Amino acid sequence: MKKIEAVIRKSKFEDVKMALYEAGIEWFSYWDITGLGKSKEDQVVRGQIFQSSYIQRRMLSIVVRDINLEKTVNAILDSAWTGDPGDGKIFVSDIEQTYRIRTRESGPEALYNKDSNGI
Amino acid sequence: MKKYIVSLLALLVMGSIKISAATVVAEPKIDAGDTAWMITATALVLFMSIPALALFYGGLVRRKNVLNIFMQCMIIVAVISIEWIVCGYSMSFGKSEGFFSPFIGGLDGAFLRNIGIHDLSPYFISHSQIAADGTLVGTIPHLVFVMFQCMFAVITPALIIGAFAERINFKGFLLFTVLWSLFVYNPVAHWVWSSDGWLYKLGALDFAGGTVVHINAGIAAIVTAIMLGKRRDYKGHALPPHNITYVVMGAAMLWIGWFGFNAGSGLAADGLAANAFLVTHIAAAAAALTWAILDWFNDGKPTIVGTSTGAVAGLVAITPAAGFVNVGGALAIGVLVSLICFAMVAFVKPKIGYDDSLDAFGVHGIGGITGSILTGLLATPTIQSAYSGAIAGNWHQLLVQLIAVMAVILYSGIVTVVLFKVSDRILGVRVPDKLEAIGLDETQHGETAYTSFD
Repeated sequence: MKKIEAVIRKSKFEDVKMALYEAGIEWFSYWDITGLGKSKEDQVVRGQIFQSSYIQRRMLSIVVRDINLEKTVNAILDSAWTGDPGDGKIFVSDIEQTYRIRTRESGPEALYNKDSNGI
Repeated sequence: MKKYIVSLLALLVMGSIKISAATVVAEPKIDAGDTAWMITATALVLFMSIPALALFYGGLVRRKNVLNIFMQCMIIVAVISIEWIVCGYSMSFGKSEGFFSPFIGGLDGAFLRNIGIHDLSPYFISHSQIAADGTLVGTIPHLVFVMFQCMFAVITPALIIGAFAERINFKGFLLFTVLWSLFVYNPVAHWVWSSDGWLYKLGALDFAGGTVVHINAGIAAIVTAIMLGKRRDYKGHALPPHNITYVVMGAAMLWIGWFGFNAGSGLAADGLAANAFLVTHIAAAAAALTWAILDWFNDGKPTIVGTSTGAVAGLVAITPAAGFVNVGGALAIGVLVSLICFAMVAFVKPKIGYDDSLDAFGVHGIGGITGSILTGLLATPTIQSAYSGAIAGNWHQLLVQLIAVMAVILYSGIVTVVLFKVSDRILGVRVPDKLEAIGLDETQHGETAYTSFD
């Protein structure tokens, strides 16, 4: 089992969401993040146009079975791409164990719904 | 019908006075309509300080400082209201003897001790009647006038908050605010609005507070912003607002509250109030639209922060003019003030490099100056026949307006420097760098705005 965390542009969220649905992802969580560093982005406040180092992005977190890792990562890579700096990053890490609370199933079976051929 | 009878009586009374000064006159009456409107208007002006200004400013700061802004607005309402009944009202609208008479009122009216609940307001614009002692009085209770003016005394120092936001020590702020109200607001209100005031006698026009409120606060704003220094994170441009929905709600509530501010400043529910109501709305609309269009040209998209700012700038600029200009004048004032304030905030401020955090000077100072000068230009005798501006051939009025504007700029500027220095000496005005980094909500009040508590 792998956890995929992706930082993407907010403007690409709809595209990524559709690509993940098509790739068979049944459920993922996301939240808005603010990044701060040396990178800058244009911002406007009351007519002042300036470069701000506060950068607004969206983070997705998805846990998948190993066999579906590549398909999911490719879906994000294709759908979140614009070609300009700032398209974001994808991080993949190992997940030791998963439990489904309702049935107490554990392991990869706990990740998908058997009736819907999910991921 | 009742009104006709009252005016008939007044006519009769005036006639009889000519015949014999000793004639007993009818008891002057409180006008229920005027009084009802003025109590409503007073509440609307309080609504501008809390929550409108608190939301407008609170949304523009970063999330770690939003409660500090709310607290400053709230505590100003509490402290200055008390200051107002202790001595503020007397210093602003009371009488004094000799040399001081044109500059500041005395302390005879401290704690409002000379005002009874049935006394009528000695101040009026268009509705007046003859009192038992032969003087003219208004149609609302004196205490309503005291309360109406109290809300002006409250909102003026609250406007300055925008300049020193996100870096001021709460204790130092509190001391400065009280000193500033005592020694800047009260005298300037006396100059312009008291019947003894030297600017009033000179004929300066300020219907609802262009000089007393907005220039006064705007100049104090730039002085304190410069003296306090830049925020540690200020890099020559605005820091991103943390909650733009607050900014918009605040601006919208200011717009509503301003109807009390301006349409109440005629101290009656009459045609003059209707005109103030109309021109206030139209100037705000014109200014909001102008700012949106400027945004559009400047960066390709109209922003809501910009449009809200434009609306406020329009309201500021129409304030001194609301009882003197017609709807054409209001349109001109609205468009011009947005052009000038936009240039100030977007281009001039970053060039000069001072950190007026939320543009208290850029909007209130510059907007107030623009409005006060334009009042001298655009005042038309069709609104109040006694007053006209340069456009109606009375160039003298423009000169008087310039004198009033310069006098308030100089006085507010110089005295603010002194009072801010004094506050710094006694309690300190700037928070230490580390506390500024943590945020004023946590370090000044021990509270945080956005928690995850269930």
